[in-house]
Amino acid sequence: MAQTIIDTANHIAAYAAKAAKVKVIAAYPITPQTTIVEKVAEFVENDELDAEYICVESEHSAMVACIGAAAAGVRTFTATSAHGLALMHEALHWASGSRLPIVMAVVNRAMGAPWSIWPDFSDSLSQRDTGWIQFYCADNQEVFDTIIQAYKLCEDEKVFLPAMVCLEGFILSHTYSPVKIPDQREIDDFLPPYKSGWILDVNHPLSHANAVSPEYYMEFRYMIQEAMENAKRLIPQVDKEYGSRFGVEYGGLVEKYKCEDADLLLVTMGTMAGDAKIAVDNMRTEGLKAGLVRIRVFRPFPTEEIRKLAEHARMLVTIDRHISFGAEGFLAAETKASIFSQKDPPLFASFVAGLGGRDVTFETIEKIARKSAKWMHAGKVEKETSWVDLRG
Amino acid sequence: MVTVKELPGEEYLLKGHAACAGCGPSIALRLLFKALGNKIILVVPASCTTVIQGQYPYTSVAVPLQNILFESAAAAASGIVAALRKRGMHDVTVVGWAGDGGTVDIGIQALSGAAERETNFIYICYDNEAYGNTGVQRSGATPYGAWTTTTPLGKRERKKNMPLIMAAHKIPYVATACPSFPTDLVNKLRKAKEIRGTRYIHILTPCPTGWRYDPSKTVEVGRLAVQTGLWALYEIEYGKFRLNPPSDRLLDKAKRKPVEDYFMLQGRFRGLTKEDVERIQYWLDEDWERYRDLASG
Repeated sequence: MAQTIIDTANHIAAYAAKAAKVKVIAAYPITPQTTIVEKVAEFVENDELDAEYICVESEHSAMVACIGAAAAGVRTFTATSAHGLALMHEALHWASGSRLPIVMAVVNRAMGAPWSIWPDFSDSLSQRDTGWIQFYCADNQEVFDTIIQAYKLCEDEKVFLPAMVCLEGFILSHTYSPVKIPDQREIDDFLPPYKSGWILDVNHPLSHANAVSPEYYMEFRYMIQEAMENAKRLIPQVDKEYGSRFGVEYGGLVEKYKCEDADLLLVTMGTMAGDAKIAVDNMRTEGLKAGLVRIRVFRPFPTEEIRKLAEHARMLVTIDRHISFGAEGFLAAETKASIFSQKDPPLFASFVAGLGGRDVTFETIEKIARKSAKWMHAGKVEKETSWVDLRG
Repeated sequence: MVTVKELPGEEYLLKGHAACAGCGPSIALRLLFKALGNKIILVVPASCTTVIQGQYPYTSVAVPLQNILFESAAAAASGIVAALRKRGMHDVTVVGWAGDGGTVDIGIQALSGAAERETNFIYICYDNEAYGNTGVQRSGATPYGAWTTTTPLGKRERKKNMPLIMAAHKIPYVATACPSFPTDLVNKLRKAKEIRGTRYIHILTPCPTGWRYDPSKTVEVGRLAVQTGLWALYEIEYGKFRLNPPSDRLLDKAKRKPVEDYFMLQGRFRGLTKEDVERIQYWLDEDWERYRDLASG
């Protein structure tokens, strides 16, 4: 029977792993991810989840143990944050290169030094090029739904790639809100038993991931690229099917809010979208036709959607909870790249905000929108990348 | 106890593998398959066996083999063991097969973690006392005085004692071996297969490329390592230490061959001074006093 529970996004992620009937969990604790792995451990100890829980000695081993388990034929789950994710970096490449459909919750946290336990996207966006599908959630319900959707997507034979489901530390991870958990039988119906492209099998011995000469390597890379393109096509389908069964849909790759007639499009990720919607409404009362695009999937990047949305807009403005030092935020760079080839592209400006957990309120976003609108009306962007609310 | 003649004829390390001529690790790998059969999953981190198995689309290994990151053999094995248990496949043995660098240096954390978690698998360190695959650089398992490309004047520190580090994890089975004593190696592997929990076997595998000796001398070099007492054959079964033949006769110092016999065969020890040899001899005698203590319980 479907039920509504009130809990934190971290616990909800654990409920999702349980609902997906994962068989092996390998995890290592790190703030603010810890309550996910604690809750999963509780499920396993209470026999609510029939799984092996490997308390590994590092995140690197967590990811490698998931690789081993997925290769040996079972559904796996893990979760981490920031430095834990960075420690996994090498293994992330190995997971995607091995085409194993591992799903991981990433509780976004800023990278040190200096130490910070507060959220931004610098941890997961630094893993942009590892061949992992990346989802970014805006609320607790989406965390649950996306984890289930991610298994469905990753285990599709046209994809067979791993995915991270990202949620911002504390803003979501430790915040209670009501979440609808569908009936288990209906989830089982949506998500069939584990499937992968290959398996370690004593009856069909093969060497996996052995050395490859330049004669073959590029083809393996191209297959990952194709799988990403397939994922781009499939994510909206999976989202739609999930929606038709469980009544919640997220717009596939991007969530759009009041975009149809918008002159100024704000582009954001994660929870910032909630405040951005308030800002859009308020700006509209001030006479500015604003709209919001929330990038739900950063890999594969929704280039076509952005291009289409940009056709009617006069200006695109990204708000990045991330900075690639010496350049700009990745959201800015990729959004801009998406519209570059367009005939007569809209104006573009980017803003860096909310690093290390600094609050981005609707007032902050309104300030960004007003400044951008001024440039839009003048037909000229005065500053391509601005840092918001910096101390003097 | 099995004798060489009784070893099965099946080969799971196939002809045409890519090891150097005289490669000690490939002899040990061939014996491993003969001892354990083909109901095993082999986990291989970056090491000489990455090369030995051959390049895609070929392989010289006829059992399922998971190549994995350098420091991660034990972590990958942990995942595989857990998955097999969930799938009810209790008759498949998971074997980590790593070099000395992948074991005593970069892989020690994952291995220590897996042992502490009592992971049900066999972990084998095939020890050629250097990073062989990358062109003979010093590892934590390189012995004192040995030339490597990163210790051009000879290593100034002693070899890390990995078997005793593993024994300190209170795992049910720790053994040392050398392919120059094939029945000892095979019997230890077979014994390990019947035990549950983490089993660790450290095999000294001479390497003509890194040790600078004629490739025809691999068996002889390994034999001398044991006969001089520089490499002792022993096992620690549920905490009980026992020296195995021929090492069990070497508690008597007079029965040990002179260490110079071993050093003289190998170019890597060419730079040893008289003082170096005396120092090594002193440490060796100390080691054997320790074995005496361990053997007497």
